[in-house]
Amino acid sequence: MPHDGHDHTDPPDDLTLRVKALESLLVEKGLVDTAALDVVIETYEHKIGPKNGAKVVARAWVNPKFMAVIKEDCSTVIDQEFGYKGRQGEHIMAVENTPDVHNVVVCTLCSCYPWTVLGLPPVWYKSAPFRSKVVQDPRGALAEFGTTIADDKEIRVWDSTSEMRYLVIPERPAGTEGWSEDQLRALVTRNSMIGVEEAKSPETDL
Amino acid sequence: MNGPHDLGGQHGLGPINPEPEAQEPVFHEDWERRTFALTLTCGMLGQWNIDEGRYARERQHPVDYLSNTYYENWLAGLETLLVEKGLVTAEELLTGVAEGKAEGYRVPDVDATRKILASGGPTRIQSDLKPSFSVGDKVRVINQNPLTHTRAPRYTRNHTGTIEFGHGVHVFADANAHGRHEGVHLYAVRFEADELWGEEAAGGPVYVDLWEPHLEPV
Repeated sequence: MPHDGHDHTDPPDDLTLRVKALESLLVEKGLVDTAALDVVIETYEHKIGPKNGAKVVARAWVNPKFMAVIKEDCSTVIDQEFGYKGRQGEHIMAVENTPDVHNVVVCTLCSCYPWTVLGLPPVWYKSAPFRSKVVQDPRGALAEFGTTIADDKEIRVWDSTSEMRYLVIPERPAGTEGWSEDQLRALVTRNSMIGVEEAKSPETDL
Repeated sequence: MNGPHDLGGQHGLGPINPEPEAQEPVFHEDWERRTFALTLTCGMLGQWNIDEGRYARERQHPVDYLSNTYYENWLAGLETLLVEKGLVTAEELLTGVAEGKAEGYRVPDVDATRKILASGGPTRIQSDLKPSFSVGDKVRVINQNPLTHTRAPRYTRNHTGTIEFGHGVHVFADANAHGRHEGVHLYAVRFEADELWGEEAAGGPVYVDLWEPHLEPV
């Protein structure tokens, strides 16, 4: 078991015991292959994450044709170009931030999120405070991330109620003219692809 | 159902309190990691679909749903489905002792698991079904209060929006959660902030994906 910061002389807590008991019951009944559990964990803990999405955004910033295509059907083209496909990424559409529009994504009903490009969602995305607040008060919600959106900019909130998944393409930061996709990728954060922050600025964040 | 999961527009739930992105691990506790993996692998046994999975979590008592952490809700949902679908008995769950091997299930091995993760579960259906609505049409969300699963959030009910675009025919989640696999047209509907929240609304438009049975013409 990986070290998780707990003193190993502590007795395990109730949840640890409950999940261990369930896992051993399912293994004993022959309903679960433990090697398959490891595949699932390895995939989402180490292989799939927001680095995937950052590659998609960087390409969209340098390639207007690619940007146009991913706003219609992102899933097909990112499978072709990057091999990103699978669960919770079957039907992705990109939504582009512009000088007039800022997009932010939520799932008010559960935790729907584009796994193939962003990995598993952070705790705050799955929790009641963000899910309840951002649809009614997006500026207030974004302020909790230190993000201020100009009053004259329209904030569009995308509530992921179906199996469609939305990926925000943040605005390309100023001062990055001539940058390569590899250089640009470093400016793209997970939070900027959910829409709660802007992309990093080369002047202030790098 | 008008459950505790339907959170859009609720107040008093506290600060968002985001953990800094660079410091947040994928899992915070080992039991979360195991619960996540058990939920996915048990789902691959094919005994329930994603909407039944969601419905199992949101059927919990509202006090439990809201006081649980995220993966506690997953764990509760998984236990519910395992018993309801007859994969384990309530007694086995309580004692942790298997009464016997489960027979007749195809348990994915490592290769099958990789394939299932990579293929996902597309919900778009090729269909000749004609859409009832076009881009730009005004629609109203029906006023419904089903005891069953619905993906039409409460804050949209009886409110008027505009069809922003059609997504084609998709599996209808509200029926799928109860074992009925039906394809209907799905749309992104734009609701203006003042329509949803009143004249004092400070926000912007909200886009919600809704299926044709949720909508009526205006």
